[in-house]
Amino acid sequence: MAEAVRRAVRAMDGAPVAARQAAPNSRAPAGGTPGKRSSWRSERGRLHQSHLLFLLPALAYMVAFFGYPVVKNVVMGFQHYTTATFYTGRAPWVGFANYTAVVSSDVFDKALLNTVLFTVGSIAGQFLTGLAIALFFRRRFPLNGVMRSLLLLPWLVPLIVSSAVWRWILDQDNGVLNRFLGDLHLVQDRPGWLTSTSLALIAVIMVNIWIGIPFNVAILYGGLQDIPEELYEAAALDGATGWRAFRHVTWPLLRPVVSVVLVLGVVYTVKVLDVILGLTNGGPANATQTIASQSYQLSFQQFDFGQGAALGNILIVISLVFAVLYLRANRRAVEQ
Amino acid sequence: MAQRRAFLSRTTLTVALALLAPLSLSACGSKTGSSGDVGTLRVLDYYADQPDKQIYAKVLDACGQQNGVKIKREAVAGPSLIPKVLQQASSRTLPDVLMLDNPDLQQIAASGALAPLGDFGLKADGYAKGVVDASTYQGKLYGLQPVTNTLGLFYNKDMLTKAGIKPPTTWDELKSAARKLTSGKRYGIAFAAPATYEGTWQFLPFMWSNGGDEKNIATPEVTQALQLWVDLVKSGSASKSVVSWAQADANDQFAAGNAAMMINGPWQFPILDKKKSLHYGVVQIPVPKAGGTPVVPLGGETWTIPQTGNAQRQTKAAKVVACLNSDKNQLSLAEQRQTVPTKTALMDRFAAQQPRMKAFTQQVRNARARTGELGKDWPKAATRIYTAIQNALTQGASPAQALKQAQDG
Repeated sequence: MAEAVRRAVRAMDGAPVAARQAAPNSRAPAGGTPGKRSSWRSERGRLHQSHLLFLLPALAYMVAFFGYPVVKNVVMGFQHYTTATFYTGRAPWVGFANYTAVVSSDVFDKALLNTVLFTVGSIAGQFLTGLAIALFFRRRFPLNGVMRSLLLLPWLVPLIVSSAVWRWILDQDNGVLNRFLGDLHLVQDRPGWLTSTSLALIAVIMVNIWIGIPFNVAILYGGLQDIPEELYEAAALDGATGWRAFRHVTWPLLRPVVSVVLVLGVVYTVKVLDVILGLTNGGPANATQTIASQSYQLSFQQFDFGQGAALGNILIVISLVFAVLYLRANRRAVEQ
Repeated sequence: MAQRRAFLSRTTLTVALALLAPLSLSACGSKTGSSGDVGTLRVLDYYADQPDKQIYAKVLDACGQQNGVKIKREAVAGPSLIPKVLQQASSRTLPDVLMLDNPDLQQIAASGALAPLGDFGLKADGYAKGVVDASTYQGKLYGLQPVTNTLGLFYNKDMLTKAGIKPPTTWDELKSAARKLTSGKRYGIAFAAPATYEGTWQFLPFMWSNGGDEKNIATPEVTQALQLWVDLVKSGSASKSVVSWAQADANDQFAAGNAAMMINGPWQFPILDKKKSLHYGVVQIPVPKAGGTPVVPLGGETWTIPQTGNAQRQTKAAKVVACLNSDKNQLSLAEQRQTVPTKTALMDRFAAQQPRMKAFTQQVRNARARTGELGKDWPKAATRIYTAIQNALTQGASPAQALKQAQDG
């Protein structure tokens, strides 16, 4: 543990460790060269100052655009904050009333479960498909580059456009998907992708997977490129090809990239709003309501900003839990 | 070395200052026009799409000219109006004239950001009652609405003639007509029941015409109205997709011939008219029993005067709002935008001139404002209503159950 920290500090600072270790030693012979030492100190102080100055813009940015909104949101969660507050500035303190209200509402359990299912489903689908596609593109074949760039298309289409197109594709009566399934005689009845309470969440997850694949492919493909070809050659000599090469060469070397993809994926997915608003608006009958969409509705449709903020804070805590889990997992990996 | 460090720290300082400068500048940059001179009035509305954008640009400019002021207008997209207004309210940069969707007026008036129009001698005499209700908060008038709109029953003339059916006027007739008109991939009727206020808005004519009330929706009156919708969907006369359709989707289905009738409003005329082969008519929303009167919700936007703290500018703004609501402008806006003038005295003349607006115009006389009863608590009630609709249409909950569950929250 201590060694890991020291190593990290060294890596961050970049200052020669030997020099710093020498410093306390030089202090030992007290009568040495006092004048020289003080100049060294002030020099170091100035260096420290300019370090701080370099930090200042980033710090100001963080405080203004991350610190303030988060603090404001936390405070808002304890206030009766309505449209009137924006004009009068009056927001009575209500303690935990907002939290009690949102947690005890009968939508909350459903929204929480949906958020979990949506996140887990989306991440699993995006990651596995993304990994498969990335591995596929490792091979050399004609038009590889063209096809890889075409894969990025879902990323380039504005979400509002893609959700409109998906709404049309998934329409129960005239949607392309149901026509296709019907022509193949795969389904008896036309499934109500966006209208049945049991299918809507699956449909929304499918669309979100489609949106997330390019991101996963791009990052994982980049990670795969970093694995030296020689390792595969050496592994092949030892008889490890195909699945065994993946298991013993690709996977261990890809792990750091994988954890980045997964954590970013969770953080991006937990808060997804536009896909849900565009496709179902939380319906039918709250079947696709998540904490994010419910928070949006409370704030911007029912104008109860206090309750909306309370739900938003719950969402932040969920994200934090994942961030901590990730950090711990990472630390354990470093220790090993 | 020392020289280089001095240079470095100096550049750091400059860079840091340069990065911080915009922050302090923007802090004082948003202050606008509190001077005494009324040269231009700032106007904010959400008519950002053509042809509405152009129509309002013209009438606003004309009203400005008439009162000796220039109009500086900003039109934002519909969904961003309220966030914009809230932001302006907190930074005290509200415009001189502000347009609001009528159900939002009480919400904003309750914050104290709007000036009562009575202060400037404006009254709503001769306006339809629903219009006045929508623009009134705690007994004071805060907005004037030149034109309104509402819902009606659209029908495909060719399909009804072929089936030998007259446009339905009662719920029973509606059900049987919808059933008869359903064949193959064509549904008898299309309406919109999404999990948004649009779903509530479409349901209100049925709920209100049957005597239902938003204060308590767990009543037999509302249950019967919801039962009608459930029957239409369960019997296959309406698509199960209604729970995901917005009004524009219902309109697409009707225009494509996938539905013989639909519940929709006159704002769809321009889209339907593009399809030359489509012959359609509009009648009033069917009522529970013959001889009843349809009670429909009132649509459209109202014009308000925010508290900008400058009496002179507010007086001018009031003159512009009055001008927008003159008889002449009400009629011309109604004609150009397929809407209904809000002064009852103008309605007969207008309906005679615009035959296809007749059904809407007749209904507007009895139209109700969504916020007429509950005021700023309307959003919660509206959410309860669409939640109950969605539960009844998709989860097999009986209408009575769904309504009770939604009412109890």
